[in-house]
Amino acid sequence: MQAKVILKRPESLTDKEFTYCPGCLHGVAHRLVAEVLDELNLRRKTIMVAPVGCSVFAYEFFNVDGTVAPHGRATAVATGIKRAMGPEKTVFTYQGDGDLAAIGTAETIHTANRGEKVTTIFINNAIYGMTGGQMAPTTLEGMKTTTSPYGRNVDDAGYPIHVCELLQNLKGVAYLERVSLLDPRGIVNAKKALKKAFTAQEKGLGYSLVEMISTCPTNWGLSPVESLKWAKDKMLPEFPLGVFVDRVGDVK
Amino acid sequence: MAEKTMMKGTEAMGEAAIRCGARLYFGYPITPQSELPEYMSRRLPQVDGNFLQAESEVAAVNMIYGAACTGTRVFTSTSSPGFSLMMEGVSYIAGAELPAVFINVVRGGPGLGDIQPAQSDYFQATKGGGHGDYHLIVLSPSTLQEAVEHIELAFDLSDKYRTPALILADGMLGQMMEPVELPEFKDLESLPKHDSWSLTGMGNREKHIVTSFDINADVLEQMNIRFQKTYREIERNETRCEEFMMDDAQYAVVAYGTMGRIMKTVVKMARDEGIKLGLIRPITVWPFPYDTISDAAEKVEFMMTVEMSVGQMWEDVRLAVGKKIPTPFYGRTGGVVPTPVEIFEALKKQMEVK
Repeated sequence: MQAKVILKRPESLTDKEFTYCPGCLHGVAHRLVAEVLDELNLRRKTIMVAPVGCSVFAYEFFNVDGTVAPHGRATAVATGIKRAMGPEKTVFTYQGDGDLAAIGTAETIHTANRGEKVTTIFINNAIYGMTGGQMAPTTLEGMKTTTSPYGRNVDDAGYPIHVCELLQNLKGVAYLERVSLLDPRGIVNAKKALKKAFTAQEKGLGYSLVEMISTCPTNWGLSPVESLKWAKDKMLPEFPLGVFVDRVGDVK
Repeated sequence: MAEKTMMKGTEAMGEAAIRCGARLYFGYPITPQSELPEYMSRRLPQVDGNFLQAESEVAAVNMIYGAACTGTRVFTSTSSPGFSLMMEGVSYIAGAELPAVFINVVRGGPGLGDIQPAQSDYFQATKGGGHGDYHLIVLSPSTLQEAVEHIELAFDLSDKYRTPALILADGMLGQMMEPVELPEFKDLESLPKHDSWSLTGMGNREKHIVTSFDINADVLEQMNIRFQKTYREIERNETRCEEFMMDDAQYAVVAYGTMGRIMKTVVKMARDEGIKLGLIRPITVWPFPYDTISDAAEKVEFMMTVEMSVGQMWEDVRLAVGKKIPTPFYGRTGGVVPTPVEIFEALKKQMEVK
């Protein structure tokens, strides 16, 4: 009997073991991005920018040229790379909520507004993972973290920030969608969104961003399975899924 | 000999950068150097380059980081508060061993300070500035001609040593006009190649990684040891300094940049009165010409430092001289440029003390 390969590691991932916690969805997000790079045949012309946060080592996991930006500055670094290399090369950033929507808010907004031809993968799990579970800009009202031990008090700490809703009115944005990684259907849809986002860049239409609702079992203090349910119950009502901007049209 | 052109300092430096092959500029307006981004916004589109006004100096320096990762010649300019904002990014650029050129047209500080010429960013420029054990190659021109020559030198040294370089100018140099002979246009194909490490997309090679990062302390220490080896090599090969009327000097002054230029007038005033004064003008303030100053201290009666600050380079002069001879200081700060007459008076007082 001859063995037949029906599933294998995407070419766009290295064989380096992930450093993520059990149940963390970064691995799912990485795989989806890698599959899309493979399928669109982008790997050999792609340069990625990892953030500061749990995914600081992402440049080790993706089998593409890569660097790490200072905390929050990934899209500025991506801008420099893209402007230096021109439209022939593909540039993406991979950022968490603290990186993209707190310390890097200015860079996020201005990169989007310039219509910079780069793609951002934005992982929103409502908490700082790497530093040990502190409050993020996307932390839910009442949610307990190590720096909001009594629950996020919106009178004091403000409200969870909605990145897609903030960016959707900027004319430089070509593709903007919020997806979830919480079940197979969400994952299938997330991959479609990534494909459109990278296509927006390839077509030179402008800035593209895919926000992925994710989890953090370790810092939420929940099991992986519980955390999926918690995210569905608590995060999705606050962060509704959907396409906010689509100037790409149909993609195969 | 090429023709001389009458140009403003900021614009002359911008044009020199273009002629040296820079086709990318990221920056943010700040007085007294806003004419430089203005000039680049006019000129770069004419040479198929790309100008981008960033949303802040923080963004600008990270755009520089990104462009430098691709091995492309890139530079920016700013003034004191803006350079402070860039420090984190400069540290990353140094840590990732990337070539890039910075121009700081220094103004009075601290804080918002003022917009007049100053030399009060010397510590920041020469002792690191950002976090970590790193140095920039720091060139301090005293005339516009020297400034345009330093642009070329900064790019070349930065490429050679994979260490960012800084032109430490001041508001005087940025704003003054004088005739300059600009460098010839470089063929872009002749610029140094960085194919062995740059991020350009893999193509048919293995992946490249550029970071200033290693979570393993032993490995990071080894990286630092490598940087230090490069810095020692730069110290050996690239320390530059002008000695002006030092051959028979009985007294010496040390001054750099605009102050170094003004001191030449003071030296001439002194010589007219029969006083044997000489000048040591550091051209690189990092690496600093410790040896030249130390050797000179064997021959003169005192070594006075003159700065447009309360005495920052003074520390390096005292380090070089030790206790051999007196090391007095004269300076004005906050954007005040001392006149030759007041410096000469201060020098004469010092001669009486002796």
